[in-house]
Amino acid sequence: MEPTATNMQSGVELSFEQAFEQLEAIVRQLEEGGLGLEEALTLYERGMALAALCSQRLDQAELRVRQLLTTASGEIIAEPFGGWPET
Amino acid sequence: MMSAFVYSVSQITSYIRSLFLQDDVLQSVWVEGEISNFTRAASGHCYFTLKDAGAALSCVIWRAQAARLRAEPRSGDAVLVHGAVSVYEQRGTYQLYVDLLQPAGVGQLFVEFEALKARLEAEGLFAAERKRPLPPWPRRIGVVTSADAAALRDILRTLSTRYPLVDVILASTLVQGVEAPPQIVEAIARLNEWSRAREPIDVLILARGGGSLEELWAFNDERVVRAVAASAIPVISGVGHETDFTLVDFAADLRAPTPTAAAAAATPDATALAVRVTELRERLAGAMMARLATSREEVARRRRDLERSSPLTVIANRRQRVDELARALQARMRYDLTLQRARLEGARARLEGLSPLEVLQRGYAIVRLADSGQIVRSTQQAVPGQALRVRVADGEFGARAE
Repeated sequence: MEPTATNMQSGVELSFEQAFEQLEAIVRQLEEGGLGLEEALTLYERGMALAALCSQRLDQAELRVRQLLTTASGEIIAEPFGGWPET
Repeated sequence: MMSAFVYSVSQITSYIRSLFLQDDVLQSVWVEGEISNFTRAASGHCYFTLKDAGAALSCVIWRAQAARLRAEPRSGDAVLVHGAVSVYEQRGTYQLYVDLLQPAGVGQLFVEFEALKARLEAEGLFAAERKRPLPPWPRRIGVVTSADAAALRDILRTLSTRYPLVDVILASTLVQGVEAPPQIVEAIARLNEWSRAREPIDVLILARGGGSLEELWAFNDERVVRAVAASAIPVISGVGHETDFTLVDFAADLRAPTPTAAAAAATPDATALAVRVTELRERLAGAMMARLATSREEVARRRRDLERSSPLTVIANRRQRVDELARALQARMRYDLTLQRARLEGARARLEGLSPLEVLQRGYAIVRLADSGQIVRSTQQAVPGQALRVRVADGEFGARAE
């Protein structure tokens, strides 16, 4: 299976922020040097997958808007907000 | 009676001015009155007279303060002004140097505003050290504003183009009128509760579009200001226009001039982030190339090391060793040979000691049959007339048996 940013952290979907921070850390680590070739290659592949994930997240992101409402039973819920997108 | 000292006009005017400057009331005073003769000079400074039924007061607004006036005051307007009273020495008059000018209708509100501001400030509610840093990468933003106002659309449009990765939770509320302050407080509390119990919210935007001072008044309400200061989630205020300041602005962790600016202040710019991702990708590739170059160099060095310890080298070394051993062996063989030869010589010497010639020397003789050469060992062999050969130490001679 091809290494991807999502399946490398035990299936947990990374947020853009996490992916970006990990990518930054990996670049720093690689730039500092002192890594074995095998390790460097693994990091490189992971970094590339993270970069792809970051770009994908940025390209595909769509603002999600919800509104807090109180139900008849007094419970607070977050419902998709219909006032957006504006027409 | 003559005074002991005669002042010049300038000196006495200067003295009078110093008296004004020493007076606390005159240095910061609120005055209510009606405007007359308002003029704006080419310099940008404004001059007018403030009047009531019994008196008149010359007023000046310097250009910098005049630029902040929302609307040009007109003669007859009832206003509340704040400023300092001082002496204009060239003309020997006193005048009010105005730094704030508000319609008189809101005069009481304004005084209340200043009093509340002073009280909350003294309490430390606006202190710089209370301001919390805003998360650079908010994942969820809570918005407190009216669901059907332009402010919300401005915020959502800004977030959508700038950082669409974010999740927005709206707590809709009235933003003006007497019901607004408790609703705003409730909205802030709900979002804090949601953040605590359900999904963490990284930052709140408290916003309202532009409006009159009265319309923005909910954002000067003490309950609202305290709720903002008490919010566990950092708050960005975006109330009114650039020039509007409300008490909420002072209590917020960040004051943005408008709702749009608040949305921008809450989020990083996705376009800039995309550029950074590309940069990181390039740095990653560069670092990997450098790492590979290091490895190549390492391989080359190892190869040189390897060549030094390669089997060929070992074989060459062993071959040399074999040669050495062969030479040693030959030397040893030559030595052994010499030894053998010496032994042989010894043996031959001893052998020679046993030679019959030695015996002959001692006077013995060997007799053979002359024809067959057989050694004569028995009388039977020597028949008479038999030719014999006799060997003695120094030679042979013939003889005949009898």
